[in-house]
Amino acid sequence: MSITLDIKLKRVDKVYHEGDNITGVIVVTSNSDFFKHEGITLTAEGSVNLQISSKNVGIIEAFYNSIKPIQLLSITCDVTGSGKLPAGTTQIPFEIPLKAKANQYLYETYHGVYVNISYALRCDVKRSFLSKDLQKQQQFLIQYKPGKNPNPQIITDDSRRITFDLSPASLASGGNGAPDFLLNGEFETNCCNITKPFKGFLSLIKCAVPIRSIELQLVRVETCGCAEGYAREATEIQNIQIGDGDVSQKINIPIYMIFPRLFTCPTLITKNFKIEFEVNIVIVFQDDHLVTNNFPIILVRE
Amino acid sequence: MGSNLTEWKTYINADQIITADGIKKGKPLDRISVKDHPLKNVTVTERIPRRILGSQPSTGRTTPVSTPASILEPLSLALNGLDPLTEFALQEMDPLSKMAAEMETSGTQVKAEKTINDNLNSGMQPWSARKASILSKFTTSEKISIVTSFLSEGDKVVVKAQSTAVDKIQHRLEQLDYFEEGSQKKFDLSQAEYIGRIEQLNRELVIAWNSEQRVKALKIAIQCAKLLADTDVLSFYPSKFVLITDILDIFGQLVYERLRTKAEYYKPGSKAAAALPEDFKLEMVPETVKETCLNWFYKIASIRELVPRIYVEMALLKSYNFISNTELSDALLRITDMINGVGNPLVAVYARCYLCRVGLSVTQKNHNNGYLFNNFIGFLETYPQLFNRSVKLDLIKQKVPKSTYMTLYTPALDYILATIACNANENVLNDLLFRATQLGNSSLILNTIMSGFKPSFISDRTVQFLDMIGKCTDDGIPLYALLRTLGLCITICPPPSEQRRQILTTVWRHIVTLQKPEEYISCAEAWVQFVVQNFATREINMVFGDIIDHLTPNRAYENHYKELKAVIQKVLAQIQDFELLLAMDNFLRLIDLFQQESIRVEVCKSVLTQSNSDLKTNDPVVTNALMFLCGVLHDSVNALTPEDEYKQIGEILCNIIRRVDYGRDFEQQLSFYVEARGAFSNIDAVLAQLIQCVNSLSVNTRQIIKGMHTRKTGDFVRACAVYCFITVPSIVSVKTRLQLYLLSGRVALFNECLGQADACFKAAFSIIPELQDDHGKCEIFLVPYIKEFLSTLVVVPDNPERGVLSLTRILLNVLRCFEWNKQNGSLTTIYISVIDMMSTMNQEVYPYHIDKVESNDSMYGSDPKFISEVNNICSILLGEILTQLKEMGPCRRQSQLATELFIRVVTRGDINSANRITLALNLWQLSVKNGYADVKYMARTKNYFQKVAVSKNNKILQQLVDKLNLSQ
Repeated sequence: MSITLDIKLKRVDKVYHEGDNITGVIVVTSNSDFFKHEGITLTAEGSVNLQISSKNVGIIEAFYNSIKPIQLLSITCDVTGSGKLPAGTTQIPFEIPLKAKANQYLYETYHGVYVNISYALRCDVKRSFLSKDLQKQQQFLIQYKPGKNPNPQIITDDSRRITFDLSPASLASGGNGAPDFLLNGEFETNCCNITKPFKGFLSLIKCAVPIRSIELQLVRVETCGCAEGYAREATEIQNIQIGDGDVSQKINIPIYMIFPRLFTCPTLITKNFKIEFEVNIVIVFQDDHLVTNNFPIILVRE
Repeated sequence: MGSNLTEWKTYINADQIITADGIKKGKPLDRISVKDHPLKNVTVTERIPRRILGSQPSTGRTTPVSTPASILEPLSLALNGLDPLTEFALQEMDPLSKMAAEMETSGTQVKAEKTINDNLNSGMQPWSARKASILSKFTTSEKISIVTSFLSEGDKVVVKAQSTAVDKIQHRLEQLDYFEEGSQKKFDLSQAEYIGRIEQLNRELVIAWNSEQRVKALKIAIQCAKLLADTDVLSFYPSKFVLITDILDIFGQLVYERLRTKAEYYKPGSKAAAALPEDFKLEMVPETVKETCLNWFYKIASIRELVPRIYVEMALLKSYNFISNTELSDALLRITDMINGVGNPLVAVYARCYLCRVGLSVTQKNHNNGYLFNNFIGFLETYPQLFNRSVKLDLIKQKVPKSTYMTLYTPALDYILATIACNANENVLNDLLFRATQLGNSSLILNTIMSGFKPSFISDRTVQFLDMIGKCTDDGIPLYALLRTLGLCITICPPPSEQRRQILTTVWRHIVTLQKPEEYISCAEAWVQFVVQNFATREINMVFGDIIDHLTPNRAYENHYKELKAVIQKVLAQIQDFELLLAMDNFLRLIDLFQQESIRVEVCKSVLTQSNSDLKTNDPVVTNALMFLCGVLHDSVNALTPEDEYKQIGEILCNIIRRVDYGRDFEQQLSFYVEARGAFSNIDAVLAQLIQCVNSLSVNTRQIIKGMHTRKTGDFVRACAVYCFITVPSIVSVKTRLQLYLLSGRVALFNECLGQADACFKAAFSIIPELQDDHGKCEIFLVPYIKEFLSTLVVVPDNPERGVLSLTRILLNVLRCFEWNKQNGSLTTIYISVIDMMSTMNQEVYPYHIDKVESNDSMYGSDPKFISEVNNICSILLGEILTQLKEMGPCRRQSQLATELFIRVVTRGDINSANRITLALNLWQLSVKNGYADVKYMARTKNYFQKVAVSKNNKILQQLVDKLNLSQ
């Protein structure tokens, strides 16, 4: 006797917005004559999980002091009371309105290092005393409706082109040991639509030593509030090479990066935590000398 | 013989017609036009050439197979065209040489086709055609390194039974990690091993894909693409590109096909889900497929390294069609720009090449192809990269010369430019030329432009190109290669006529400066066709002279026979006036450069076959040149020469001999034949041809003087006869000799040279024994030959010094001594024919005569002594025949021969004697009783005689017929 439980969502991409109804079916397949149960419940849950980096506090503290998750969504509904299901496949359709808990907002799904925002549907089948209960989880994704970002703090009107010139003189270290070089570049905007690629170009005007690689690094900056104050951590999401080898000089090399799903979300600043993003332009010279320039960017969903 | 000797008496036709002027003439026999000679042996199926006097000369061989009558027979036709091997070789050529070669053979046809096909891809050599030549051209003997994790023997990760989902995920992650790290190995491999590994990767990819390990497949694809970022062995890079892009193509196709077939598309009105049709529209694509496809692109967008990311995306370009209608075109343009970021110019240009290739294959024909042009411009913009510090270092490290390095670019550049040029207009060319000028007339770019654009565009600007080539300063593609490319263009499409002279002088000024013979000759080879097409003898001669001057020092020509041959062939194909060519001072000197026997022969052969026109020549210079070339061919023949070669040479020489024609200067003609005989004594076919020619000369002489020989013409025809008589013995083949003797004898007879005719006939008899072999095969030839001979002998007058029918007697003696195969009954057949001939000889007037030659009928005037002599011979023959029939024993042949003899006895013999009636009846009985009789034939025979008896009211015959019994 085997029983399988599955949740199938109607939307293929599993993406929902706040206020949507999440619809789908619970699929129960059993090959016994009758499948007895003590009731089926369906729960939609969503939470922000915060973790404190071990860099800021001790390892043990980090382990224990992980901050309590912030519940964003918690809806439970009884699908049916105790009863029996016939043999074969039974499909039970459901529909749950997605509504945040009071004083909360359904933030976008995000998988980071110290901050995780995730949503899931959970189906529980309670069974008689001697049998094991059945449980199935199904993740789903939340996205903001285009143009509706929850952060009033972020002024999206501030979007503008960013132009930059990199040379030994512009380095924070004062350019000691750096070869003579000059790099011009431009990002189309500092306020990026998360669904659109990050674009721009750069152009190497001159460089005294051969270049090994020019890279574009996407960095998340996660900040968690905790007892000792704020912990701010910057980690790499991805690193994309845009120039390979000793690139041509005085020629526009396009910068083109697609924001990876799940690992990015619109910039989020709340009172408990922040998720921000930056890009780095990294120039690696032949002798492994490395020059990095940092540009904060704002991600929005438009 | 005594007792059974049967006496013979010929029946002499008494029905004489007295014509008005009182001359007795034989009653004209009933004439029926027949296709066969009445004396011809029925067993011979091949045509035996019967020499009709004064007809067109043909060669002296007996069978049509061995002796092609003219040079236009199938074998030589095949030789005129290109043999398959040459055609293969042509395919290996670079596109221009190929086009040039095609032009040579098919003149303006190509041009016409060009204008018709103005589709996008027409006129452009597809990539697949280029692959093979790249693989064969770019090779290396150095070790190539390959870094990969998929080539370990066997998969170390054992697929465990996965009970729970958690396990499954864990296992998957392990597996991925395993690929990711640890197991990446670096191998140093030889080229062959490398190719083997790449093929292995290819298989791995397909296996992984088919076993649902799509991530692994993607990783293999990425690793493959990564190999392309690396130019550790420069000279192998183009080949590596070909190999690896094949894998990427397969990967792209796999992804596309899976997305297409996985899509559960419901056709309107149908409930069953099916794969998307090949030409699906965006709105048909279900959401699931879009999602899967998007996932692929998200995945490849996060590939860290630039080169693999670009390549894998290019491989998957076609799948953009699942997502949106515009994405594909955008991506083409975007990737074009992204390639700017590839620092290594070689890697970049091949990436562009792949982009163009994939772009062409995934877009519609009328798609906006701006990206193609952008790619070429992209290359031009990064052109200085080719000379930057990293490249220089690399070249020094790998010890690759600059010019070799430059040629690595050509396959990719040629392809990119071909995609642009196949339907570009002249403005594009002008634009590109302007840019090339700005880049210091780069040789690489010039070369690419010249080989990429339509030759007509190029040749219109020949002067401009020459100017640019002259100014070209870099040490990339060498000068000679540029000139050669330009030359090939011009060959296909000649430049404006007013510029031609200027072009020639400029070009030749450049070419003359080339010091290395190999560089010189490759240029000269390309340009010579232009010269031949457009200039007169003087320039051609000059060019020849220049070639000779350049190749003579240090015997440089020895290494360039192939090119020199090509020069000669191009000249031959294009030359208008072949005679002028032969008359050039330097042409024979050029031929003389071919010192190696085999090539020399080959060249001479092609020159001589090229002269395969019906034009006659009588120019002594031309004749001399021809004789010189023929002499080379003739001298190449030795005991080891293969039969076919021998035949082919013979055929060529015969053709040349036929070409030389001095018109009515017959003596000159004859002396030419004498000279030719001296020069070409080794080849039977040629001697036979010469004899035929001389004979026809002799006949023509008679025809011109209408049979009234003067002393001079008499001497001349005798000289001809003597020529034939003394030439025939040099021929090896006995059969040919026999036939030529007969022919020459007849011609001599025709020209009233009785002594010469006699000598010829006797000579023929004397060599009949040489035919003797063990198998009796020669009899097939001999029987009809003798019959033919006999019909000639009818009119040959007897030599008064040697008694009656001396020739016939000699013949009979020769035949008797010949060892015949008894069962064939050949001798019997011949004897029966001799009886036929004898009965003809006994008639008062022979059925045919030779004009002005008195035959035996008028010589003897049916003298009784003559007649009895003839009858005597017949009697002896009859006796012989009967003996032979007896020896043969009962068989079908015996029956046939008996019937034949019966007919002779009844028709030819005088049946007024009872003796002969008995003989006839006996023969009839013999043929009936042995059981092999052809009853139908005999019945018809009987019928015939019945009719004859009735119509002539011949009682004896009637009685005879009555006694004939068809049953045993």
